[in-house]
Amino acid sequence: MSAHNVLFDAPGPRARRRHAILTAFGFVLLAATFAAVVWKFNAQGQLTGALWQPLIDPEVWTAYVVPGLINTIKAAAVSIMAAMVFGILFGMGRLSHNRTIRWVSGVIVEFFRAVPVLLMMYFLFQLFAFNNIFVASLNSFMAVVIALTLYNGSVIAELVRSGVYGLPKGQSEAGLSIGLTPSQTLRSIQLPQALTAMLPALVSQVVVILKDSALGTAITYPELLQSMRDMGTAYATVIPAYVLAAVVFIAINFGLTVLASRIERRLNRRGRGPRKTGPATGVAGPGTADAPNDGLGGRGVHTGDAASQAR
Amino acid sequence: MFDILEKYDILAAFWMTIKLTFFSAIGALVIGTVLAIMRVSPVAVLRRLGAFYVNVVRNTPLTLIVFFALAGVRFVLEISLAPASSATSVQDNAIRWAMVALAVYHAAFVCEALRSGFNTVPLGQAEAARSIGLTFGQSLREVILPQAFRGAIAPLGSVLIALTKNTTVASVIGVAEASALMKTIFENETASFAVFFLFALGFVILTLPVGVFFTSMSRRLAVKR
Repeated sequence: MSAHNVLFDAPGPRARRRHAILTAFGFVLLAATFAAVVWKFNAQGQLTGALWQPLIDPEVWTAYVVPGLINTIKAAAVSIMAAMVFGILFGMGRLSHNRTIRWVSGVIVEFFRAVPVLLMMYFLFQLFAFNNIFVASLNSFMAVVIALTLYNGSVIAELVRSGVYGLPKGQSEAGLSIGLTPSQTLRSIQLPQALTAMLPALVSQVVVILKDSALGTAITYPELLQSMRDMGTAYATVIPAYVLAAVVFIAINFGLTVLASRIERRLNRRGRGPRKTGPATGVAGPGTADAPNDGLGGRGVHTGDAASQAR
Repeated sequence: MFDILEKYDILAAFWMTIKLTFFSAIGALVIGTVLAIMRVSPVAVLRRLGAFYVNVVRNTPLTLIVFFALAGVRFVLEISLAPASSATSVQDNAIRWAMVALAVYHAAFVCEALRSGFNTVPLGQAEAARSIGLTFGQSLREVILPQAFRGAIAPLGSVLIALTKNTTVASVIGVAEASALMKTIFENETASFAVFFLFALGFVILTLPVGVFFTSMSRRLAVKR
């Protein structure tokens, strides 16, 4: 059901006239914004061909864009895999029947979800640098990867937990009644289904990781944003450099978002998608127990809601 | 540890974090509400414009937007948000542009949060409102919006928490907020776990009550269906 259907009837003649006026207003708004940007760019001499020329210079691509993109993807790929392992481990920990394990995993997950990623990056980078933990050239990469892993791993742990809670109760009951232990039930019955159902949310999390890898520029990790800023300085084309960086990020992330929604549609068709039994009641954030207490209903904010992607 | 507390003004740094959060949150709420109205309007152009904004902004790293605001818009396009005559013009510009960048970025998420609120309203509610003879305005005011707002409380809380944590990104353009101070302490002293935990605790203190408040509000105001 789209919001559009809820709000509006099929338009009559008066409504259609009103819509025509609003459409015109929309076009005027679009044109005015465009004109203002062009005017300001022109006034500051930002529309000269020489400024945008470097973007089609092969050297710019081989020396800045591609190496930066490779570093971004390297950090993101390592982080997403490590975060999956971390998330499944601690997600299972939070579902454990042992109270100590549950409590410890809970504290760890809540802590890393509450701490800003950049704060962790600054800390880890300085920690590694002061104590010579890695080769000097590896410090920033490891700081980026570990910070991203800890934060996103915690988010994935919550995804696992709400995914398991979202399964029908009959699944675990059936597992227990055929004689599996509770942890066997979790591992071989609940977890595989939960992972399938949370696939779209996982892909959305990859978008978050890719975006957050740009934070690496704050600790001198030479990822895409950093190398594009270097390019902007080297060729004295600040705005075109940022525009190109943004276009590359948007293209990759938009592709991933489309992939996520396609997977979701496919899962729903096969009746395996996240169960949507009630309105979201959870707040994605530290210390908020958004898991439903009846063990059945409720999708928290974690099951792929756009709002939880803010970070 | 205590000499660090004496030497550096940690409270002032967190006060800057709070100010950044407060003003960006207001900005994001205003822009996000306008976008949400555009995205649910019956006019195709406005819907497309809103969707375009959300898709572009949501897929761009916040770090890029913050850098672009200062390096691109402030210095290349020379749009200043603070009078050049004032003594704190440089810092003020960084702070205000950081606020603008944070507001612009989170507006996309506010828009999606509000829209997901609309999506919690079952179609039958609107149909029922029409069939008892309420006009468009009445059904919006009396039936749909109250439910939509309640459905949007939880996701809005998530956005506010994310915004609080994301204010740390302002440190990349030299805004003296909490994470920037932590970095300075590490550079001058040493990277100690105690200082890190102190700053982490600061963010927990800032975000925990927000999460608890919004969760309890969304539970209390939840529409029973």
